[in-house]
Amino acid sequence: MSLELKGVTKRVGAETHIHPTDLTLEHGVFNILLGTTGSGKTTLMQLMAGLERPTEGEVWFDGADVTGMAVQKRNVSMVHQQFINYPNMSVYENIASPLRVARLSKGEITARVERMADLMKLTPMLGRRPVELSGGQQQRCAMARALVKDASLVLLDEPLANLDFKLREELRDELPRLFADRRCVVVYATTEPVEALLFAGNTATLHEGHVAQFGPTGEVYRRPRTITSAQVFSEPPMNTAPIVKEGDTFRLYDGTEWPASAAGATLADGEYVFGIRPHHVTLTPTGAHPVAIEGMVLVSELSGSETVIHFRHRAETWVSQSHGIHAVPVGEVAGLHMDVAQGLYFDRSGERIGF
Amino acid sequence: MAKITLSDLRHSYAARPIRDDDWALKHLDVEWRDGGAYALLGPSGCGKTTLLNIISGLLRPSHGRVLFDDRDVTDLPPDQRHIAQVFQFPVIYDTMTVGQNLAFPLRNRGVDEATVKARVAEIGEMLELSGMLDKRAKNLTADGKQKISLGRGLVREDVNVIMFDEPLTVIDPHLKWQLRSKLKELHQRVRRTMIYVTHDQTEALTFADQVVVMNMGEVVQIGTPVDLFERPQHTFVGHFIGSPGMNVVPCGIAGGQATVAGHTIPVANPVAAGDVRGRIEMGVRPEFIAFDPGGLPVDIVKVSDAGRFRIVDTRLGDHSVKVLVDEGTEIPADGARIVLRTDNTRLYADGWMIGAGRDAGRGDAGQGDVA
Amino acid sequence: MNKTVNQKAWFFVLPVLLLVAFNAFIPLMTVVNYSVQETFGDNTFFWAGVIWFQDVLHSERFHAALGRQLTFTFTILAIEIPLGVAIALCMPRRGIWVPVCLVTMALPLLIPWNVVGAIWNIFALPDIGLLGRTLNGLGFDYNFTRQPGDAWFTLIAMDVWHWTSLVVLLAYAGLVSIPDAFYQAARIDGASSWAIFRYIQLPKMKRVLTIAVLLRFMDSFNIYTEPSVLTGGGPGNSTTLLSIDLVKVALGQFDLGPAAAMSLIYFLIILAMSWLFYTLMMRNEDQ
Repeated sequence: MSLELKGVTKRVGAETHIHPTDLTLEHGVFNILLGTTGSGKTTLMQLMAGLERPTEGEVWFDGADVTGMAVQKRNVSMVHQQFINYPNMSVYENIASPLRVARLSKGEITARVERMADLMKLTPMLGRRPVELSGGQQQRCAMARALVKDASLVLLDEPLANLDFKLREELRDELPRLFADRRCVVVYATTEPVEALLFAGNTATLHEGHVAQFGPTGEVYRRPRTITSAQVFSEPPMNTAPIVKEGDTFRLYDGTEWPASAAGATLADGEYVFGIRPHHVTLTPTGAHPVAIEGMVLVSELSGSETVIHFRHRAETWVSQSHGIHAVPVGEVAGLHMDVAQGLYFDRSGERIGF
Repeated sequence: MAKITLSDLRHSYAARPIRDDDWALKHLDVEWRDGGAYALLGPSGCGKTTLLNIISGLLRPSHGRVLFDDRDVTDLPPDQRHIAQVFQFPVIYDTMTVGQNLAFPLRNRGVDEATVKARVAEIGEMLELSGMLDKRAKNLTADGKQKISLGRGLVREDVNVIMFDEPLTVIDPHLKWQLRSKLKELHQRVRRTMIYVTHDQTEALTFADQVVVMNMGEVVQIGTPVDLFERPQHTFVGHFIGSPGMNVVPCGIAGGQATVAGHTIPVANPVAAGDVRGRIEMGVRPEFIAFDPGGLPVDIVKVSDAGRFRIVDTRLGDHSVKVLVDEGTEIPADGARIVLRTDNTRLYADGWMIGAGRDAGRGDAGQGDVA
Repeated sequence: MNKTVNQKAWFFVLPVLLLVAFNAFIPLMTVVNYSVQETFGDNTFFWAGVIWFQDVLHSERFHAALGRQLTFTFTILAIEIPLGVAIALCMPRRGIWVPVCLVTMALPLLIPWNVVGAIWNIFALPDIGLLGRTLNGLGFDYNFTRQPGDAWFTLIAMDVWHWTSLVVLLAYAGLVSIPDAFYQAARIDGASSWAIFRYIQLPKMKRVLTIAVLLRFMDSFNIYTEPSVLTGGGPGNSTTLLSIDLVKVALGQFDLGPAAAMSLIYFLIILAMSWLFYTLMMRNEDQ
């Protein structure tokens, strides 16, 4: 079972929302659409569902062309970022609603709703109305409704975005389990790289209506094809800087140098773009080739267990990410270390140079 | 500017609170230093908004007193407390320009025009709003509007405390760090007492020198961000702060140390078996566990790749224990064994860290870590 | 957007189309038909061109009725809008009194219009009516059936009593939709009640007030039943509003042609003024 987009585009008036896109999404793994707000994730999902019709190209599902087929005739379910439930129905009725539309027998409905509620930990709340539930429970209810009907295509559009972060952690753990023994194509849109990584599967990095790269999640993350793909897949954002290779050394714009051999590079001399993810710029040296760099701290953002320091280096803003809590005061000059062996090197057109 | 004291504070929305659950705030004794940056952190429904409203004067506590410096303000309405507040959604006066918005609190108080002009210009410059003082405020972006809300607090010289109620909710994620940076910088510049209420740990820890963690109407810990990470005084703090949160494993006690699945595990706060009552648990963060051939045998259940690190779900006996492993570090294929860092492995009784005393979370926030 | 096309949707619109046709379009066309023809009531028609329109536009009687109509409409707007806002501001925003206030407010709106006229007619009678007797007892020479000034006073009092509630309910809906944070911020900023009204409540009520003004304008311009029952347009022609005059022309004198022309002009005036109101009030909205 697979969903295929063949040369699909979407234009509205003079604006192009989706540039020509070819994608093949398989069942059995999470297919992740990763990109910022406005990168085209939702439009792409609407095209997949049949809520929108592509301007050009075809949508194939399970070997059949479904391009013009109405969404009602496809076996699709969708979960949105907002918790969408029927407010005047109980949780039970909410979950049962798609089964009633499908005219299942009463016994079958009860059995399925109860199984779903058990899976979603909603059993004690079956008699309540959605307003009496917490945000997390409301979204669980919406998800249960989407999953109860055995859809062959399940579209999840940032379903965890509006939840508290601890709940998000919990549901991230639970979600893959829900699909473990189902035969359906799962598409999951998110703005958060870490979510994509934890779900594994395949990831498409999206930027301004283009699919920058598509492949196994770990590979897209570690071996980005272009600077765009790397930037989409980096939170906090990846640091990029112009760099010059001359003989055996790389030289950063401020004159900082390191041996070309540190990156294992056999590149022609010339100008390149150096990219390094924040967690490879740290307060304590790591890796085989740490290179020191100084910066004026703009802010130290402390998550519970990590420190993200935004700092100014010459005219540029850099980001560093270290383990543990280090409250470096605003305005202080901090010494940081780049693990240049983990750096990514791009040519001036933005293609990564694989070596 | 003022020191803020919350003395023996309790609050219930019920007319006659009987059960423990009837109290939205169970018991609070806190002192906040003049000019400090504080955060109130906790999940929704933990009582932090109730506390905020009590400080601002929108709510009168059922019991206890609120003092600004040594003046009792418990019965004063908000406008007489000289406070400022930035709300979750930007509150701006639609029909006014940015400059008129900033001038509003001063004009209401009959400040002379020359001073108003000077203050508005100064605050406008501080918030990087100088260029748009004559623009209609309603046409600004969300972050601009939040800056105006903050500016209306900063413009007054007589403000005792500025309070923030989840102020970055409507801000674009990639702009948040800039506002956080601006807030830190402003606090350093104006040195007013600021209280920041949020459910987001990054917001709280980034902003505050001292974080007050609340759960179910109770303060569970007051401490610096480092305290909360390295010395959680309640299992809730360990779980709520950090991602993934602290491992909390039910355990027994033998020779003062923890016993889990037949293994004795040394802890930082050993205790005699007779001295403790209640539910005993051992807490250790995934960051403080490492794979080591000399350690305790575990089964690996699942490995999740988070990019810069991997989260390894293991089972120690019947208990799930998460281990954090850096990118590039080997995970043993079978016969995995783990070692827990003793300094960061602690015993908890009924959720509270043994040895710190249940009252450790309360008291003078200015003193920082009590343990 | 090229959504998935499904022609079946048109069938759902069809009943509404038919209803609108029978309800509005066909009667309107009949009126247009009458307005350009002359008839003597025996189903024979003669082409009259725009003569009825010219007659109506030059008729002093029409001018006088239009003048009275405008006076009436603007007087009640000037009273009902501020009064309605003031009452809405006084109403509690939460608590057990909210439903009580809302139901009390809605009561006058539930009374049939002709009954309103009848109630006020009796209420204001100088000899037996509570209002009339009280006023006379207090030494006022009050008789709405004889003195034009008294008739106007009664007419306006009746409309204010009947319709202020509508403004109250709309303004109240606007007020309760303002988040608490705005009031809290204003209190913290030290704003006076007047400043809160001027800079928060009024701007946030603008949309509903626009609707209130429009509704009250159209309704009061069309008003017929209540003044017809209360004063019948008298004494003399002193309270003969446009609609009453129209009915006199159409049914009293059976001048169908002039009546049709008059009603079309009437309709166009309402349309033009409503548009004008709307544009003026919405002008600042998108800046």
